[in-house]
Amino acid sequence: MPENFVLRALVGGIGIALVTGPLGCFVVWRRMAYFGSSIAHGALLGVALGLLFGLGLTPAVLAVSVVLALLLILLQRQRLLATDTLLGILAHAALAFGLIALALMEGVRVDLMAYLFGDVLSIGWADIAWIYGGGALALAALAYVWTPLLAATLNEELARAEGHPVGRARIVLMLLIALVVAIAMKIVGVLLIVSLLIIPAAAARGFARTPEAMALLAAGVGVFAVLGGIAASMAWDWPAGPAIVAAATMLFLASLVAGAGRRAVERG
Amino acid sequence: MSADGGGDRHAPLIAAHDVGVRRDGKTLLEHVNIEVAQDEIVTLIGPNGAGKTTLIRVLLGVTAPDTGTVQRRAGLRIGYVPQRFEADPVLPLTLARFLTLGSKRPAAGALERILEETGIAALRGAPLHTLSGGELQRAVLARALLRAPELLILDEPVQGVDFSGQLDLYDLVGRLQRDYGCGVLMVSHDLHVVMRATDRVVCINRHLCCAGRPEAVSRHPEYVSLFGPRAGELAVYTHEHDHAHDLAGHVVPADEAGHTHNHAHDHAEAHAGTHAGTHVGAHVGAHEKKAPDA
Repeated sequence: MPENFVLRALVGGIGIALVTGPLGCFVVWRRMAYFGSSIAHGALLGVALGLLFGLGLTPAVLAVSVVLALLLILLQRQRLLATDTLLGILAHAALAFGLIALALMEGVRVDLMAYLFGDVLSIGWADIAWIYGGGALALAALAYVWTPLLAATLNEELARAEGHPVGRARIVLMLLIALVVAIAMKIVGVLLIVSLLIIPAAAARGFARTPEAMALLAAGVGVFAVLGGIAASMAWDWPAGPAIVAAATMLFLASLVAGAGRRAVERG
Repeated sequence: MSADGGGDRHAPLIAAHDVGVRRDGKTLLEHVNIEVAQDEIVTLIGPNGAGKTTLIRVLLGVTAPDTGTVQRRAGLRIGYVPQRFEADPVLPLTLARFLTLGSKRPAAGALERILEETGIAALRGAPLHTLSGGELQRAVLARALLRAPELLILDEPVQGVDFSGQLDLYDLVGRLQRDYGCGVLMVSHDLHVVMRATDRVVCINRHLCCAGRPEAVSRHPEYVSLFGPRAGELAVYTHEHDHAHDLAGHVVPADEAGHTHNHAHDHAEAHAGTHAGTHVGAHVGAHEKKAPDA
């Protein structure tokens, strides 16, 4: 029986991986990695506001992430500036204001590293409740918009012409990413969250023939990355968040090698 | 609906009356009328920027017109083939899954029949991104057919397909139209190729220029003024920027470099012996990169 904090880390990490796998497939398919990073960086403002007003950190981060996503949707209505420019403005502005607010708070000692890189070994059962509650909600919502979102990813014009609610599905996806950023922050930190969205999905691509298979495989890769990362953290005293990302990266590299090997075998 | 008393068969499947669209203070369409009845192939032509795709979007219900109305027959099923379709290798999808994605389960045997009709049955298990341009066009057409459309709308369906491939595709559309008894609305900027397959032609240039049978339209003064005097006899027009042949091969200031490229290309196409200039727009479009999404 592992110690309690290790058990919580495993349960929490696996919960996150099960959500970031399928959701991350859409991030990869729709080229939204920069959107994820921007929301994640902006989440630091949520940390600051949460501390400032004595709110829980997860709800504060969630609120800021959702507001950033909605602001982006609003700003995208103008056509003079591209989305990556808008994201750069939103993310860095939120980050800057967050850092200023943290610096001005006297008497509050903030372990910034824990928010930047995560502190999975310190998560409590309340965090786990957030992860599984928010995660279940995210997966249910993703399943609900799966078909229109997939159709829109394939070809937006075709999906619109066929009557799929393209705009609504896109907003749901953006809000889900904001939600997952908020609940995953404790695990790998704001600087590394996006890696859990894109690396497992990227590792799964070479072995999937359907979108659904890719989503399930990505979830599996994420779970193994969490197990491997926490094991490495225990064995060699590595910081847990970076160790999880390192494990995911090793799995991605292994997938590249295995994919190349399989193609070589198929060629004979 | 059938005001002319000619029976339901001749009542239009879809009819746009006096449609106008404005965006950012610019008039994209004004006072345009178009209708498509069952059993007919209507071709929409016009120069680049004439608002052809905008009109299609209005008919599809994707863009709301600022003025005018669109009437569809109740419960009209539309099959749509967009102007550009690229299969992204990042999304794992077989051809068969692509065809059925996002639609109700097709009738038994329908998928096999349509795969045969469009000549892509051997590819049903192939990853979509491994299909060639012509195969992909057929796949998108098959996807539209699988929805048992009463109206098939094809927006310049031959982009990125070579000349004989274009003829094949138009022949296929004509055959499918007869087999399925659906109405077809095709967008083209090349009347020459579609002439034999089309019943009526509607020519627009933001406004309605002329409409009627292909032979009549090709002699219409507005058509001739749009596409040049030779367009009537050949039923093919040269690109509207055909003043540029003298520039080919010459060094020009950098701010005109973009033009020069197009015109040089235009020129080369003309020498290649096919209809000059009609490919320029397609090539420019094809160079656009897929934008990141958010």
